[in-house]
Amino acid sequence: MAKKLMKGCEALGEAAIQAGCIHFFGYPITPQTEVPEYLSRRLPEVGGVYVQAESEVAASNMIYGCAATGVRVFTSSSSPGISLMAEAVSYMAGSQLPVVIVNIVRGGPGLGGILPAQSDYWQATRGIGHGDFRVIVLAPSTVQEAADLMIEAFDIADQYRNPVMIIGDGIIGQMMEPVEFKKREPRKLAEKNWAASGAKGRAANKIHSLFLDPVKLENHNILLKKKYDEVEKNEQRFELYNTQKPYELLIVAYGTMARICKTSIALLEEENISIALARPISLYPYPYQAIKEAARKAKQVLVVELSMGQMIEDVRLAVEGERPIHFYGRSGGMVPSPEEVCRELKRILAKKP
Amino acid sequence: MQAIFSRPKSMSTTISHYCPGCTHGIIHRLIGEVLDEYNLKEKTVGVAPVGCAVLAYNYLDVDFIEAAHGRAPAVATGAKRGRPDLFVFTYQGDGDLASIGMGEIVHAANRGEKISVVFVNNAIYGMTGGQMAPTTLPMQVTSTCPQGRDVQTAGFPIQVAEMLSSLRTDAFIARVSSHSPKNIIEAKKILKRAFGYQVSGRCFSLVEFLSTCPTNWGLPPKKATEWLEQNMIPYYPLRIFKTPEEGKIL
Repeated sequence: MAKKLMKGCEALGEAAIQAGCIHFFGYPITPQTEVPEYLSRRLPEVGGVYVQAESEVAASNMIYGCAATGVRVFTSSSSPGISLMAEAVSYMAGSQLPVVIVNIVRGGPGLGGILPAQSDYWQATRGIGHGDFRVIVLAPSTVQEAADLMIEAFDIADQYRNPVMIIGDGIIGQMMEPVEFKKREPRKLAEKNWAASGAKGRAANKIHSLFLDPVKLENHNILLKKKYDEVEKNEQRFELYNTQKPYELLIVAYGTMARICKTSIALLEEENISIALARPISLYPYPYQAIKEAARKAKQVLVVELSMGQMIEDVRLAVEGERPIHFYGRSGGMVPSPEEVCRELKRILAKKP
Repeated sequence: MQAIFSRPKSMSTTISHYCPGCTHGIIHRLIGEVLDEYNLKEKTVGVAPVGCAVLAYNYLDVDFIEAAHGRAPAVATGAKRGRPDLFVFTYQGDGDLASIGMGEIVHAANRGEKISVVFVNNAIYGMTGGQMAPTTLPMQVTSTCPQGRDVQTAGFPIQVAEMLSSLRTDAFIARVSSHSPKNIIEAKKILKRAFGYQVSGRCFSLVEFLSTCPTNWGLPPKKATEWLEQNMIPYYPLRIFKTPEEGKIL
């Protein structure tokens, strides 16, 4: 397929269709409204189903019902809407349903703003809703990567029978970039013999997360934990940038912020200052080991986020106190320029670690 | 020998947890009979509520999805839109449907989702132990309105069938009762008609069942039946409120 110039939100919608998902339930919210807009005209062309729900609460429960029948389905929202979806996400994790959720994060808390932010890292990576569960969270830094991850997200969701979130900031959703929908080798997936799709020639299937017997509920949680252990073993993704030669400092950043940091690294390269970048792509499972090893080659670490400091907690868990960790963050929709990041880097490098 | 009475194939042999005198069991059985009569057992997906009927999936032997509190119509929307060939029904109580799930039921009905809703109204929260529901009658005593429901602060009980009938979208909406053999026979006819509208792909359907809750009403079963007849039916009249053939007939 040839490259097309597309907005991130539209590319995410098209990528879902390319992944064989033609069912979408959603609700308008800035800055992701282009996803439902695109799909409301595109899905009827491919024989799919587009439903505008009455709320994010309803949209997320609709994808719960649709996924329960064994049909590929996704929804899309932004921060306040994701908070409303948290209820159903917990039920879907508990009932082990494969769904994909796009989260184009905007500034918060509360109604916050509509500009790019990474302030929902905790919400996304710490389970979103009530209960002992995890959501697989993938963070693209380009529109192309958003499309690639989106296509694979459906396979990942099906393989682990678990919600998968594609998390981007408003820039990923709104920016136009060339994108190609690549054919990829689908994963080997088991049949959905667990689905509630009519009990023809088999015992009835019950999609549920209620276990009144504490022994059974604990066993259920142990089963889920084993699944998350598999996810942590198999699905860690990250990019190491400029790590081939010696570097003084390691930046850890993800999404759009990582992309800005790459420009900062190039700018400092001209002044013979060598900086490397570790970019987590899977925010859960978090690539702790990769970051620990990359940090060991540096004297110090700088975490850069579009938040007041959320992912930094995972970096601390990764580095385990072996290196000093600094933080630079902007929030509320403010996005630092590469030069601003350079200034921060120079300020840190000027001090003895 | 010819069998003239047996357990519906769409029901399991599990003994229910419902209290003596509760009519959930009767309503379950009517659903089982109607599913059998339309031969739907192998293509049905039920959606269970949060409330006393949360374990409905243990008693009705068809595929089931357990919904979060009040969300059954949204869950059913997703299931039916994903697989329009399936027969999808929700089973919801008055706390579930008329309180926390009011948004979901109104919009599912308004979109004209081709689903069927069994709405059980016993004027109280059963599972949590007898608190005031949106359907609790004026001056009815519950654990959270110990002086009786004060309409000045809690408003009047919501008449769900009437309210949903005001929507313009085609639907079949009726209220029946489960408190006497005569009413149960009538209720089955109406339930069968309601499910038929989905079988033929015609429209959304909802049947509100008046139901007893002897445990939380603090009445023996026979007295509870009388209480329903004397107090609930005058406020919640039994009738067909809307049909797709005639539009609104309220």
